Amino acid sequence: MKRAIPIFVVLAGLLVAIAVANPFFLEPAGFLAFLKRVAPLAILAAGQYFVIVSGEFDLSVGSLVTVEVVVAARLIDGDEAMTWPVLILLVVIGLLVGLVNGLVTTKLRVPSFITTLGAMLILSGAVFLWTGGAPRGALSQGFRVFGREGVWAVAILVVVVIAAVLLMRADFGRTLVAAGDNEKAARLSGVRVDRVRVFAFVLSGLSAAVAGILLGGFAGVSAQVGQSLEFQAITAVVLGGVVLGGGRGHVVAAIAGAFTLEALFTLLNLHGISGALEYAVQGVIIIAAVAVGGLRLPSLRLSPSKV
Amino acid sequence: MEDINQKRAESAQVILRMTGIGKSFLGIRVLRGIDLSATAGEVHAVVGENGAGKSTLMKILAGVHQPDEGTVEIGGETRSFAHPVEAQRAGVAIIYQEFNLLPERSVADNVFLGREPTRRGLVDRAAMDEATSRLLDELDEHSFGPRALVKDLSVAQQQVVEIVKALSVDARIVVMDEPTAALAEHEVELLYRLIRRLQGRGIAVLYISHRLREVFDLADRVTVLKDGAHVATVPAKDVTTGELVKMMVGRELDAYFPAKAEESAIGEVRLTVRGGGNGKLDGIDLELRAGEIVGVAGLQGSGRSSLVKAIFGAEPFTRGEMTPARPASVRAGVAAGIGLVTEDRKAEGLALNQSVRDNALLVARAIGHRSRTTVSDLLRRVQLAPPRQETEVKYLSGGNQQKVVLAKWLTVSPKVLLFDEPTRGVDVGAKAAIHDLMRELANAGTAILMISSELPELIGMSDRIVVLRDGRVAGQLPAGSSEEAVMALAAADGVAA
Amino acid sequence: MIALVANPTRAVYAALIATLAIGWALVAFDGGTFTLNDLVGIQQRSAALGIVAVGQTLAILAGSLDLSVAYLISLVSLIAAETMAGQTSNILTAVVVALGVSALVGLVNGVVITKLKVHAFIATLGVALVIRGVLDHLYDGPAGRVPVDFQQLGYARIGPIPVAAILWAAVAVGVWFLLRRTRFGHRVYAVGGDVEVARLSGVRTDRVVIAAHVLCSLCAGVAGLLLASRLGAGAPTVGTDGGYDLESIAAVVLGGTALAGGRGGVAGTVGGVLLLAVLDSVFNQLEVNSFFKDVVRGVVIVVAVAVYARRTGRRAS
Repeated sequence: MKRAIPIFVVLAGLLVAIAVANPFFLEPAGFLAFLKRVAPLAILAAGQYFVIVSGEFDLSVGSLVTVEVVVAARLIDGDEAMTWPVLILLVVIGLLVGLVNGLVTTKLRVPSFITTLGAMLILSGAVFLWTGGAPRGALSQGFRVFGREGVWAVAILVVVVIAAVLLMRADFGRTLVAAGDNEKAARLSGVRVDRVRVFAFVLSGLSAAVAGILLGGFAGVSAQVGQSLEFQAITAVVLGGVVLGGGRGHVVAAIAGAFTLEALFTLLNLHGISGALEYAVQGVIIIAAVAVGGLRLPSLRLSPSKV
Repeated sequence: MEDINQKRAESAQVILRMTGIGKSFLGIRVLRGIDLSATAGEVHAVVGENGAGKSTLMKILAGVHQPDEGTVEIGGETRSFAHPVEAQRAGVAIIYQEFNLLPERSVADNVFLGREPTRRGLVDRAAMDEATSRLLDELDEHSFGPRALVKDLSVAQQQVVEIVKALSVDARIVVMDEPTAALAEHEVELLYRLIRRLQGRGIAVLYISHRLREVFDLADRVTVLKDGAHVATVPAKDVTTGELVKMMVGRELDAYFPAKAEESAIGEVRLTVRGGGNGKLDGIDLELRAGEIVGVAGLQGSGRSSLVKAIFGAEPFTRGEMTPARPASVRAGVAAGIGLVTEDRKAEGLALNQSVRDNALLVARAIGHRSRTTVSDLLRRVQLAPPRQETEVKYLSGGNQQKVVLAKWLTVSPKVLLFDEPTRGVDVGAKAAIHDLMRELANAGTAILMISSELPELIGMSDRIVVLRDGRVAGQLPAGSSEEAVMALAAADGVAA
Repeated sequence: MIALVANPTRAVYAALIATLAIGWALVAFDGGTFTLNDLVGIQQRSAALGIVAVGQTLAILAGSLDLSVAYLISLVSLIAAETMAGQTSNILTAVVVALGVSALVGLVNGVVITKLKVHAFIATLGVALVIRGVLDHLYDGPAGRVPVDFQQLGYARIGPIPVAAILWAAVAVGVWFLLRRTRFGHRVYAVGGDVEVARLSGVRTDRVVIAAHVLCSLCAGVAGLLLASRLGAGAPTVGTDGGYDLESIAAVVLGGTALAGGRGGVAGTVGGVLLLAVLDSVFNQLEVNSFFKDVVRGVVIVVAVAVYARRTGRRAS
């Protein structure tokens, strides 16, 4: 947890800066709006955390979010009665994609970078093959309420955070981190390494489904809805001090990373930095954050454990 | 020998002189006031417990670390190395325990890595191959050539590659860090021959080893380090093993091993194997009883590790019968009440970035074992001091790490516990604690099977010794057998040879 | 078959030949023909990706990777086209400036990875975002103009062979030679194989990684020039539309180079790029939906790597 402290300090600083620039932020409505905006990325970061801490990557979540939204729009097509069946279907799709990613990575031993890169191509190709190139149909009001109503979004976010923390405290979470840290030792301790990894991918797929549901309501239907979300989610997790390669980092810090990223965007907007330059600032900050975190490590490594 | 001695008399110039070396890490002093010198053609052993500072001292010589104080003179010149390559150019070659070789590259590529010869700006592969071949010839090594890939070589062959690398840089000082740790006994002889050749070339060899027998076999002088300080430098022929151990640990060798099991303490049969076999083992018959410690002896490659991994289910038996039922997987083994303390703690035993607590509970969590003793009780039982649960295990000493591994298995109270080299890389103090623990476990009814390549440990601990040879049981010996008896059985030429 | 699969480079060429044969048959069955012209077209189309992928091979072999190439390509196309401004006399200046900027980006990537010790994934992603910000800030659409003389690079042929393909071949052979015959090449493999071993053997590992990144970015710069010459102008989306970042990594891995570094080579990458291009051509001939192509490409990449994983796994066990 010690690694996670810097991210909370940075987040607090950003939130204060936002509040100073825009006092509305401190009012319930203002803060709720912020939470609503953060929720999808925070949920994706939680899902991505499980995969990263187990030593893998999931690049497919962006496409998966797009798939979820496009599928929902086409199947619901404005029909309120379809809302719940489609919601269930979306969750199933998320779980299935995660399952396939996990199985291909563990059983066929394809590096997850490649597995999920392939999944990314396949998913976006398949969904537009199905809809004929562009999103069609429309979401129902019942569907959009989750992403549009701050209360719903926050409630879902809270549930996700609690579930993630509980999972990481449970045997699953502890064995998952151990597998990410030292796969061989975990295996020789009786950990079903493949199974916990597959489960991590399933959780990531599920998080993409939930994020897709929220984003569909929040941002509406478009072919770009999930674009580069995988990179944002990975960035958030890494900002939270979680180490690529596995075995280190805390899920709450990963979620805080998502908050930090979103707070950063908010602040940049408030200060009138154009949407375009926003990317540049984001890039610099990500590198800086990881560099500062990374530079601490070598000094620790010098500890004379092998003397 | 005569010849070598004469040569040494002629050229007994001091090649290396380290004076007053001191070094701290993060405010912790790990070396102070160390003096070490070596002359041409000398084998100089450096001994000391783990944590005595041997590796740090050698890394300073190699330019990996820079000393905070003191000087390093090579060939009479004061040198300071900012980078390993500078030490290399000054004639220092280090052969680490874990070889510094690239498995995917050829022998010649490895030998010349970082200083590939060029002709008209391009790497001269012919020259590399030729030089490598020549050095291999000089070392009488004909089992592989310069284009062989390192990943296809045996450990002993890879060590030869390291030595060739040292020779190719015209090293004047060669440091060997525990060079026999991974070698089979017959390969050790070959290594001795190689070291004699280095000596004959006027190279100073610094030999770091835990194994005092090797020190007496090879060394002209011995330097003893303890807790980062210099204890003594003495001619090897002027000291006894006992005296050396006393200098290293500050106490005598006695009371090293706990008492053996009483006849009456040995109980029911906990494990039997009849005709067990797989790719590496054949016709294994074995019986383990509650309360006894059975030692497994055998040369490297005799199938010792394969045997425990087969019983445990990590590399299962494919033939034969076993009670409890032959485990097909690690989980089946654990479920049957079998635990394995692996040979390589860091690679196979622990998740180094996790806390003591998380490591101690790993097995219990993996199999969903519910009735857990508290972790603090466990740590007290394995005498982990201080018993801080939240410390990441990478910060613990080798001995304490091994205690955490033990704690990991104690959570599920295994009926059979397998130990593969339980005290490798563990200092003498922690060694005794681990031996006591093993005996305590046995007395409490656990059946223990222990592999050790250190014969004194094997003989000192075992109630019975099973000797393996070529993947088969070569025979059994009672407690208190002599080292000679064990070696004779382990090394006897098989019918096939 | 086993012998073929035992070596990923051979495997990818076997797959390439098989795909060509099957593709030929399918196209013929469909009533079309697959002519020399189509083969040439394949070369033409794959040149830009091929050049980027060859550079990416260097980064990956050195144990790194580069996610910034797509945006760099766009940036270079704009810089080149604006500097040329339709004047033949500006070509040399434009090329020098464009490649200078590319080298600089590579230098930044390499320095951030080695000196600031930022994971390559994050470092190059961050640099990509920075370039993207600059692009979005300065450009709304195509800009600059490429003189007709420079457009020759994209369209001219020497005999039946497009100049672009020759350029690609030259880059590939150059990097192949670099890897096989120079000290730098040997050290790229060493650093990617085991950075600690390389360091202890006296290899200045940071320099190797930085140099690999500079070369990788230079390759992306060359690809950017090529694309500018095709378009006749610079475009802020030309790199991302082509998906050159992930696609080039996919091609490298398809060619049997290990994502972890230290194993593989340019020959495999060329095979990987050609395989992707042939697939593309066959689908074009068959007039297959472009989204279907994405699906197939995804499947091919995953299956290929699964096949390689099987053989290395067998060796290890």
